[in-house]
Amino acid sequence: MVAKQEEDAAVIDQAVSFCMKKLYLSVIGMYIGILAAFSQRQDPDSSTYRSRKLNFEEANLVSSYYTQDGNNSAVTGGIGSEKLTDISNVIDLKLGLYDRRNRKHSFTGEIGIDHYTSASSDKIDPKTISSASHADTRFYPSFGWTMENEKKGITVGAGISYSSEFDYQSFGVNVNFAQKTRNKNGELAAKLQAYIDQVSLIYPVELRNGSSREGDDYATTGRNTFSGGASWSQIINKNLQVLLEGEVVYQQGYLGLPFHRVFFDDNSVHVENLPSTRLKIPLGLRANYFIGDKFILRTWYRNYRDNWGINSNAVQVETVFKLNPFLSITPFYRFYQQSAANYFAPYQVHTAADEFYTSNYDLSKFNSNFFGAGFRISPPEGVFKLNHLNSLELRYGHYLKTTGMNANIISINLRFK
Amino acid sequence: MTTKNKQKSIFDFLLLISVTGLLMASCTPVKEYQKNKLNDSEMSLSSRKVEKTELNFQSYREGASGANGGKTGGGCGCN
Repeated sequence: MVAKQEEDAAVIDQAVSFCMKKLYLSVIGMYIGILAAFSQRQDPDSSTYRSRKLNFEEANLVSSYYTQDGNNSAVTGGIGSEKLTDISNVIDLKLGLYDRRNRKHSFTGEIGIDHYTSASSDKIDPKTISSASHADTRFYPSFGWTMENEKKGITVGAGISYSSEFDYQSFGVNVNFAQKTRNKNGELAAKLQAYIDQVSLIYPVELRNGSSREGDDYATTGRNTFSGGASWSQIINKNLQVLLEGEVVYQQGYLGLPFHRVFFDDNSVHVENLPSTRLKIPLGLRANYFIGDKFILRTWYRNYRDNWGINSNAVQVETVFKLNPFLSITPFYRFYQQSAANYFAPYQVHTAADEFYTSNYDLSKFNSNFFGAGFRISPPEGVFKLNHLNSLELRYGHYLKTTGMNANIISINLRFK
Repeated sequence: MTTKNKQKSIFDFLLLISVTGLLMASCTPVKEYQKNKLNDSEMSLSSRKVEKTELNFQSYREGASGANGGKTGGGCGCN
């Protein structure tokens, strides 16, 4: 009897134990179920998967109207009107996709068209009603590709460009590379560029020997530009970041312009003659500082040297006032100074003893001041309630040289996203 | 380039490197979530799109060019 009771007790214990285990499992199951119900569902690959379709990222339309005037035109030997107007329109488009290794490929295409009229160009051949390049259109398309490996912080890219106007053609290629630091607070970038150009030899009418032109086919000559550049950008703190950049630019070929006259002290007229090589070394520093919540100070400084004797310093300060998160105004000021090239002299100062000579005042000693303001609007619902018109930026600047030349420029940028 | 100009060039170069070095020395590591101000479009360490024509005319009307995101070759700027 006692044995039977013990056996029954053991069976009951087993049954209770089984029920408790089942209860525990049920509670754990319910807990996991609740967790699953309240947690965000995550596809194992969703953190790394990105669209492999080519997506539109942004497009920009930049239009500018530029006008200048002065009395030191190089076409007329350092005297005469520098009046010029230029209307410029550039459209760029950026597309992007991710490849199977999650590297981001960006493709950019740009097409620019400038139309200008120049009073001084009319003096190349004053006997004609209008000379070949008194008004001209420049067409300049370019294409670029970059591949960014976000995981490794590496970006590589390449591009080609072309520029064509009546008396000048240019073909350019470039490659670039960038590597971010491990903490993504710094980046080293490098680029190589080459431009292979052709200049049409359109001489002033009185200096043509007859062999340089057949109909509208002018003889041409080459000008090549090779440059290598490197930059280092660094985040200093939550509000400040800086960029140090330097370039070495080497030019060879015909570096003057055939229709630039030079009058010697004996009143004889010649075509500008400059050395066939030029080495330029610009070094720049950019620093942007976010002050409080509404002000951004953008600063830029450049020191420049070349082996033609031009030494230059330029500094620009720009303050962004954020009136609200979608509206800002940006007054700016730029100061520039340069020394004269070794080969520059004004009208009727060069002598026959000079090997190289120019009266182009862009190579003279001068200072310039450039100031103005910009305005930018970028509302969340789109500019003028147009969803895809992401932002509108308008900018005006007035430029003054100590040589007397002055210019005005107004530009607009419409960004579509 | 004269000796005086060369000395000035070296001085300017060293000054720029020194200023940059001082800035770099005061770096504080910034995490991704702390970059909301640095990621503002106005904080971009490049020139603005709307400045494109400005940079072009400056490179034509001035003897110096480069180190500003503008062009260093290609295109005439003849007039």
